[in-house]
Amino acid sequence: MTIEVRNLVKKFGSFAALDGVDLKVNDGELLALLGPSGSGKTTLLRIIAGLDWPDSGEVAFNGEDALAQGARERHVGFVFQHYALFRHMSVFENVAFGLRVQPRAVRKDEATIRRRVKELLDLVQLDWLADRYPSQLSGGQRQRIALARALAIEPRILLLDEPFGALDAKVRKELRKWLRSLHHEIHVTSIFVTHDQEEALEVANRVVVMDKGRIEQIGSPDEVYETPATAFVHGFIGESVELAVQVEGGVIRLGDRQLNLAADGLASGASKLFVRRHDMLVGPPGSGAFEGAVQHVRNFGPVQRTEVALSGGETIEIDAPRDRELRAGDTIGLEPRRYRIFANA
Amino acid sequence: MTMQIAEPVSLSQSAAKARAHAAAARNNLRTEPKAVRIAIIALAIVFLSVFIVLPLVLVFAQAFSKGILAYLAALAEPEALAAIKLTLVVATISVSLNLIFGLVAAWAIAKFEFTGKTFLITLIDLPFSVSPVISGLVFVLLFGAQGYFGGWLRDHDIQILFAVPGIALATTFVTFPFVARALIPLMQEQGTQEEEAAISLGASGLQTFFRVTLPNIKWGVLYGVLLCNARAMGEFGAVSVVSGHIRGETNTMPLLVEILYNEYQFVAAFAIASLLAMLALITLIAKTILERHLDEGHDINDD
Amino acid sequence: MGLTLTWLSVIILLPLAGLFLKSLELSPEQFWNILSSRRTLNALRVSFGLAFAAACVNLVMGSIIVWALVRYRFPGRRLFDAIVDVPFALPTAVAGVALTALFAEKGWLGAPLAALGIKVAFTPVGIFVAMIFIGIPFVVRTVQPVLQDLDPEIEEAAGSLGASRWQTIIRVILPSLAPALLTGLALAFARAVGEYGSVIFIAGNLPNVSEIAPLLIVIRLSEFRCADATAIAAVMLVVSFVIIFAVNRLQRWAQNRVPAR
Repeated sequence: MTIEVRNLVKKFGSFAALDGVDLKVNDGELLALLGPSGSGKTTLLRIIAGLDWPDSGEVAFNGEDALAQGARERHVGFVFQHYALFRHMSVFENVAFGLRVQPRAVRKDEATIRRRVKELLDLVQLDWLADRYPSQLSGGQRQRIALARALAIEPRILLLDEPFGALDAKVRKELRKWLRSLHHEIHVTSIFVTHDQEEALEVANRVVVMDKGRIEQIGSPDEVYETPATAFVHGFIGESVELAVQVEGGVIRLGDRQLNLAADGLASGASKLFVRRHDMLVGPPGSGAFEGAVQHVRNFGPVQRTEVALSGGETIEIDAPRDRELRAGDTIGLEPRRYRIFANA
Repeated sequence: MTMQIAEPVSLSQSAAKARAHAAAARNNLRTEPKAVRIAIIALAIVFLSVFIVLPLVLVFAQAFSKGILAYLAALAEPEALAAIKLTLVVATISVSLNLIFGLVAAWAIAKFEFTGKTFLITLIDLPFSVSPVISGLVFVLLFGAQGYFGGWLRDHDIQILFAVPGIALATTFVTFPFVARALIPLMQEQGTQEEEAAISLGASGLQTFFRVTLPNIKWGVLYGVLLCNARAMGEFGAVSVVSGHIRGETNTMPLLVEILYNEYQFVAAFAIASLLAMLALITLIAKTILERHLDEGHDINDD
Repeated sequence: MGLTLTWLSVIILLPLAGLFLKSLELSPEQFWNILSSRRTLNALRVSFGLAFAAACVNLVMGSIIVWALVRYRFPGRRLFDAIVDVPFALPTAVAGVALTALFAEKGWLGAPLAALGIKVAFTPVGIFVAMIFIGIPFVVRTVQPVLQDLDPEIEEAAGSLGASRWQTIIRVILPSLAPALLTGLALAFARAVGEYGSVIFIAGNLPNVSEIAPLLIVIRLSEFRCADATAIAAVMLVVSFVIIFAVNRLQRWAQNRVPAR
């Protein structure tokens, strides 16, 4: 099932939750909607599910108008952030719910329903919990039951709202891997919303980065990380050194200093320079585009996180490899291996 | 006569689409069709109007049916004045007693762990679920002529039943839960940390209570007292059993309403009733205001 | 602590214990004779039967009122919300005379009803009406907070799984409210069974027909038949205990179903 979203606008009062969103989701894809809170990602998901309606714009499933259908008719599996399990029903009945409420004409018989629920519980590896109630389950188990319940209706599309948001770090990691392999197995077009970049990059085939009701970039995890399309994406994904610079006729200035960096094809004006923390190479004083004094060093796994006061006064944090030990007070030169410059909007 | 009728066919495709979208959107997951909504609201309003608003309005309409002078004259009757005075006296006694009992009971339940706590909470609620007539009856059984203490009381010439002490006791019993009920959740929520801090700073038990605990629960106390007072002034069943209906002496306002009504003195009966209804309305308004304070109190306790 | 328990016992337990002791003074045979007398049985039947019927009406109407107050916006909503508490706050005697005057043959509602051939005041129907009046806040105030706190997501979940609105209400919302609904029913019933002030004016108090049990207690007491009064009271008290116990269990049931997030 493909999903096509055209020029979607949704306002809550004067706040534009979605401000002209276009998106095409391919069949069988696992897509992440990534953005800070308030970026409109959940609103987009809810509109696709039929839980909200846009003020204007189009949503089409396989080319057919989805907005003319209510949530009941869309056959969309939705997994809620807080699972929304029916707490008065056993796990089994929760999963069976979607099958039991089908119109009489198409409703399966009891034996088929039982078999199907059993299959789904096997799929999420929780068949042994069938008779428990939601309050007796752990967070991760509830999440998986909510997923099994959504899959019971054989959805054309699977939507997950912050699927791992309410779980603790360890369970979250396990479930990520599991969701990936599950998607591999069932191959239904899926979209999940997250504010956690690591989650988006690790799980999804493609990532949609959103901010303030707009899509900033759509691309594979590699693309959004390696070649961010906008200053927002660069700042939001991965950890970067961010410096306010001035571009004038092919020359880049940081404060009153001219940086020895190529600025071919850049428009003049106030801009932002981004360098990944680990892309700042440390050399002897005078060896790179920047020079500064080491303020503080913390050893951090494979890297030493180093606070450097640049000679112009700005303080930046870089991740230097541990092959050469840095000490507070050292003067060093810094050369960005790669960098990107975005003109200020 | 000719009329122009808009042809649905002539609607543009985009308008038809918009209409389909609107129809689907109206089919919202969390609400009902408009007709059902209106029917439910209408049912609720009619029910509340017939069963609650009308009786309330009727009390005042009847009280003033012969004009304001008749109304005032009815209230100025010595019997009416005596009933009002007795009601105030009884309410003062039982509210004060229950204030103390309620504070102590709530304190014990909220701040300490002990066996039988659940039982104690049930016990506090008991007067709510026991018929007021039975509440009156138990005092007759205790202090009546054939009661457990009846003989002793007669020998010592102490009058409890058919006198103010009996009425006050029965009222206290019936209104017991109000203060404690209002305070238990409040005190449980506030926990014991502040008190422990005060004690660790060298405050004595009483100082802690008056300087730390009480200011924290003052709105709750007021809330409990308010409801307790409303019930104390309006209690009928229990008081009716123990009062003896001695005119001008042991008739509270609700009892006088009954007597006057049964004597077909409707204006007088409803005049007294209107005072009690006013009390109820004022109580409800004050309660609404206090509830707002209690909600805010979660954040701003110290003003 | 010990002091608290003692006070509580004195103020609540002692009087009630007195009642049970007194009823124990009766031989089982006496006890049985009192209870099985036609007038007592009829009074208990009137009290319990009508109280249950009224509580059921309150359950249905209370649910409708809660639904309107919580889910819909309409002019005067806050006022009607506040008005629900009137039966709590209005002294029972005042409610009694007001309802009687309202439903009497010449009353505002009694007159039109009489024209339809329906007599309310001074019949069992009157008792029923008064019991509905005093019971309604119990259902509304126990169910209202639960419906307010009901997670909107569970309705959306049901809808997205294909359930119709009606299926969502029957299979998801009502079961979620069940403990609160039953608690409200029990509280309204308990209150109506024991109610005296608002009922006796409108009841007509005809023995065997429209005489409620609490009134019979008062009558027996005024006839100095203390034993009879005590026996009836003991039965009603036992029912109160059972209801309190049931309500406590219901509350625990409701708490156990709350998922620990």
